[in-house]
Amino acid sequence: MKLQSERTMRWPDEKVEAVMGKLLIAGVLLAASVVLCGGARFLYLYGAATPHYRVFHGAPLELRTLNGILRDATARRGQGLIQLGVLMLVATPIARVAFSIFAFARQRDYLYVSLTLIVFTLLMYSFVGGLYDF
Amino acid sequence: MLLVIGKMNTLEFTLLIGIGSFLAGFLGSLTGLGGGAVIVPLLTLVFGIDIRYAIGASLVSVIATSSGAAAAYVREGYSNIRIGMFLEIATTIGALVGAFLAGMLATALITVIFGLVLLYSAYLAAVPKQESIGDGKPDRLATFLRLDGDYPTATGRQNYHAHGIPGGFSLMFVAGVLSGLLGIGSGAVKVLAMDQIMRLPFKVSTTTSNFMIGVTAAASAGVYLSRGYIEPGLVMPVLLGVLAGSLLGARVLITASTKNLRIVFSSVIVILGVEMILNGITGNL
Repeated sequence: MKLQSERTMRWPDEKVEAVMGKLLIAGVLLAASVVLCGGARFLYLYGAATPHYRVFHGAPLELRTLNGILRDATARRGQGLIQLGVLMLVATPIARVAFSIFAFARQRDYLYVSLTLIVFTLLMYSFVGGLYDF
Repeated sequence: MLLVIGKMNTLEFTLLIGIGSFLAGFLGSLTGLGGGAVIVPLLTLVFGIDIRYAIGASLVSVIATSSGAAAAYVREGYSNIRIGMFLEIATTIGALVGAFLAGMLATALITVIFGLVLLYSAYLAAVPKQESIGDGKPDRLATFLRLDGDYPTATGRQNYHAHGIPGGFSLMFVAGVLSGLLGIGSGAVKVLAMDQIMRLPFKVSTTTSNFMIGVTAAASAGVYLSRGYIEPGLVMPVLLGVLAGSLLGARVLITASTKNLRIVFSSVIVILGVEMILNGITGNL
């Protein structure tokens, strides 16, 4: 068997799609468990307080940046853990796009490597820009 | 109703929002109309929550449900990853524009737009769909972009061609703007672009649309987070409730007859849409 056909055979669309499906489910379940842990901790600490969602103040500033969220989460504060879970959830479709770049490259489909790179760049611009700029 | 809620503590509030979100996710996935659209009206009209927090929580739950459902569809071989990836360029740019607009437009205007989109989604769900697959002639641009594909049917795999690429791409940009502005998946607009303009088979357009929703929503999430729209105490019950509800709904879907349920749920969406528009105009939210 020739090397090239073996390569395309090893990464047909069906296999790429199967891996992608597993990646998505794993990401969502992992993120949801982190949110659940954080939520339990949050309710344990603040369950008796009065909620304040009627008027918009915006989430606390330290819960809007990657560093702040990581600091909060490693201190095992509930809200930081929930935000960490949210970040993992947002990262799941981004990881799916990153995996597609790799899969299209394996298929030597360079047109789609480029198109996927555009989408990936836009996502990273929003994700990283959102977490560091403000 | 709002007065009672005003006196609740965080634990009671969280449980009620969790139950409401579970029902929204369950009915949304059972009827195929999506739970995301009713989450924002539920949080704003019933619980009196500021629409910016509601939109943030909704957006996060949309990422979860679409990724969860996409996993199943992708495995079954219905969704077309090339069509999805190509159109995601339009939806992610749109979503970034929409997320920035969300910070500039008055909340009353956003509320009215939300109501109009709800009414439009209910209308789309009510009109009988007509499959309009193309005449079988390949489109030059579609061929160049390798968008043609095949999908499983009862009689084996069926080939199809994509058409109307510029029109579909433009409408996808609009779907992205709405998603970023309102924190919804805007699956209805996505399906419209693929069903009617690109003339893809239903099964392919629905599943590919679902596949794209997560990426589109992820594009505005960063902007929402930096603006403080993502409030952890609220996101937690909404996300977990909608996710659990929609996963359960997807399992029941195979056995239950959903025709009457669709009518009921569509009516609920119409009422919520009208309520949102009225509230936006009178400035109650």
